[in-house]
Amino acid sequence: MCGIIGFMSRTGRLISGDRIATALNCLKERGNGEGSGYVGYGIYPDYKDDYAIHVFLDATKDYDRIRHEVEEVLVKYGYILKDEEIPTEEGIIKQEQVSWRFFYRFDEKYIAVEEDMMVNIVMDINDRIDGAFVFSSGKNMGVFKAAAWPLEVAEYFKIDQYKGFQWLSHARYPTNTKGWWGGAHPFNLLGWSVVHNGEITSYGANKRYVESFGYKCKLLTDTEVVAYLFDLLIRKHKLPVEYAMSALAPRFWDEIESMSEEDKKIHEAIRMTYGGATMNGPFGIVVGTQEGMVFMNGEVEEGNTMVGLTDRIKLRPLVAAEKDDLLFVSSEESAIRKICPELDRVWMPDAGRMVIAKLEKKI
Amino acid sequence: MIPSTVPPKYKVFVDPERCMLCERCTTECSWGVYRRQGNKILTYPNRCGACLRCVSNCPRDAITVTLNQSCGREHPVWTPEVKQDVVTQAKSGCILLSGMGNAKEYPIYFDKIVLDACQVTNPSIDPLREPMELRTYVGKKPEKLEFEYVEEEIDGKKVKKAKLETKIAPNIKLNTPIMIGHMSYGALSLNAHKAMAKAVKECGTFMGTGEGGLHRDLYGYSDSIITQVASGRFGVNSEYLNKGAAIEIKIGQGAKPGIGGHLPGEKVSAEVSMTRMIPQGSDAISPAPHHDIYSIEDLAQLIRSLKEATRWKMPVFVKISAVHNVAAIANGIATSDADAVVIDGFKGGTGAAPKVFRDNVGIPIEVAIAAVDDRLREQGNRHKISIIASGGIRNSADVFKSIALGADAVYIGTAAMVAMGCTVCGRCYTGQCAWGIATQKPELVKRLEVDDAARRVANLIHAWTHEIQELLGAAGINSIESLRGNRDRLRGVGLSEIELNTLGIKQAGM
Repeated sequence: MCGIIGFMSRTGRLISGDRIATALNCLKERGNGEGSGYVGYGIYPDYKDDYAIHVFLDATKDYDRIRHEVEEVLVKYGYILKDEEIPTEEGIIKQEQVSWRFFYRFDEKYIAVEEDMMVNIVMDINDRIDGAFVFSSGKNMGVFKAAAWPLEVAEYFKIDQYKGFQWLSHARYPTNTKGWWGGAHPFNLLGWSVVHNGEITSYGANKRYVESFGYKCKLLTDTEVVAYLFDLLIRKHKLPVEYAMSALAPRFWDEIESMSEEDKKIHEAIRMTYGGATMNGPFGIVVGTQEGMVFMNGEVEEGNTMVGLTDRIKLRPLVAAEKDDLLFVSSEESAIRKICPELDRVWMPDAGRMVIAKLEKKI
Repeated sequence: MIPSTVPPKYKVFVDPERCMLCERCTTECSWGVYRRQGNKILTYPNRCGACLRCVSNCPRDAITVTLNQSCGREHPVWTPEVKQDVVTQAKSGCILLSGMGNAKEYPIYFDKIVLDACQVTNPSIDPLREPMELRTYVGKKPEKLEFEYVEEEIDGKKVKKAKLETKIAPNIKLNTPIMIGHMSYGALSLNAHKAMAKAVKECGTFMGTGEGGLHRDLYGYSDSIITQVASGRFGVNSEYLNKGAAIEIKIGQGAKPGIGGHLPGEKVSAEVSMTRMIPQGSDAISPAPHHDIYSIEDLAQLIRSLKEATRWKMPVFVKISAVHNVAAIANGIATSDADAVVIDGFKGGTGAAPKVFRDNVGIPIEVAIAAVDDRLREQGNRHKISIIASGGIRNSADVFKSIALGADAVYIGTAAMVAMGCTVCGRCYTGQCAWGIATQKPELVKRLEVDDAARRVANLIHAWTHEIQELLGAAGINSIESLRGNRDRLRGVGLSEIELNTLGIKQAGM
């Protein structure tokens, strides 16, 4: 049971982070104070074409040495344009990690493969450098998370001082692993940021699947694997988004049998090829990308929806809404209404079906 | 003649108070244990293998077969079986033969692995009300799918549509991940083969022909048949290859790794002779090596030849015994154009094997699956090949655990035979099977009623399939692909750290 709320402006309008914090606080009940987090897109306009790398460094006396090791990895492939401790408000929460950010540009010779290089860097740091975790590695975006309540994390990271065209947030109620800073959502790789409500029962299969493509699952939580699956299917394998979603939550064989020959062939091929990516168990996920937002429920919810209660009694709820250029998604409507009481449209996305919101222009 | 120093293993007792001298035991026993003399039934217990045909058929429940509690000196090392083997070999100077699987008490890892189930945070799924998908495709898969975008005009508007470019290699489609492995016609009776074929057809799965060719009576089941090419090439011709849905090259067998096969001449009846394309009454010997395969390249050539002979329309499997370097071998096979690797563990059954091999050579299937799946993933070859596990699969939990360890599907052998009536007496190699399963003697073969045996085998597969669905539901999983390699849902109990690491699972409680 976790709380999810996110919104984006299709026109790319920048909105202050205090809105998302206010909305997430409404879902406080869905967390237990052991993990809250935010991701904002469009927050670093001064470095919009460069990578913003957010790193957790163990808050021990060794943190300078650990940071230096991270820097050594980065300077091998490019330039640190600027680095600093992410501004925080002291005295709000106990600091387990020092949050550091690097604005980073690859050497020209790596530009053609810079995304692959960045993935390798993230995997290398997370796997090899004890005490360092990259928790955000996209362009013009950043994740802020910690083991605390929603408002505490927002105040700690001074979220109100950032402006973004898209915000996602998550209040965590950890069930599989203990609450810790790295385990809080969103999980991020490149531009992919995932917030997730539920439990992926296929985690073992998904983890071993992405690991066979070189991803290293080091954060001990099922959500991490979702971020890697998005990167693998959409960026590396270049699957059309709707088919990538179908790989994650495939159509039932019965449905496939009743499709047109062409669609049948495609969906059968998806299930045969991407069986390792199939996610099972109850889940509602929202994924932020540089271009927009994708969100979906798991197939399983369709079956588990109670008969006669066709809409809001889902085990892992997800509701979507629109107001002018804004698109909202949340585990509960109340969080949306908290920041936008008047809505043009509110709907429950069908189980297992994706909803994709895209920016009207590239930011 | 030196008398035997070892008493019979079994004691056979006919209760004279209950026996009505119907002599049914004398006709039912194919081993010659019973003979009527006057008003008595005499027994020759040293011929008894405890197949229990007599017990099952005695109309008065007068017969008891028990282990003979010898009053000889007990010795922890020189057990009656050990002494019996020495005496037998001292008499014959021959290799000891045995049937069925490994009979030593090695650890069964399946029994030291427990499954996970959902509680509170993730709901179980009710398999009676929700779809529970067990459909499995065995064969090569692409690493990724590629699409091309084409412009189409829909309702006067130009729309970009993604079209699938990737061609999927031939796979076989299973409704349940349980197949029946290769037991040849010759080793088994025609009635046993017919029963299994009917059963797999009903269940939407497959059976293997073994290396004995395919009897014409089974041609109607070709959509459910996997043909086999072993070193002896018995029964192999173009017609045979094209009468199956897939082909399997047998390199090794779990019960006897590193050696070939032998069907005694007594089992080569006229029908077996025609099907195998060998003279009637002659021994059918498959040598240990394929004399045209001495490397992975040679194997690849044979695979491609078989594909050519079947117009590249069917997948080709390669079966090997589970041995200590099975992972490297399987990885080589994955790069040789094969579509599935069958790994046969050392608990796997057999019609006939040297006892020393059956009981001492090979490794357990559980660790072999784990090692092969790991290696294929490390090398980026897992999609190139399916893994079929066999050798000691006893129940649906073994199937479930095999898949969670990394297999795509399993073969069963002994379990299907037991379903037909086999009592695992282990004397299949004699051709005297009193139950009509592992014999070619017409009077014994007719004891196996095809429809009844088919029903039992189909029931077994249906029952296990239901149980797998229940187990999946309990694990909160509704499609078998989310179980494949999902070792996270397994835990070990009573295993050492190195055993847990080899299996790739965590200790219970972690």
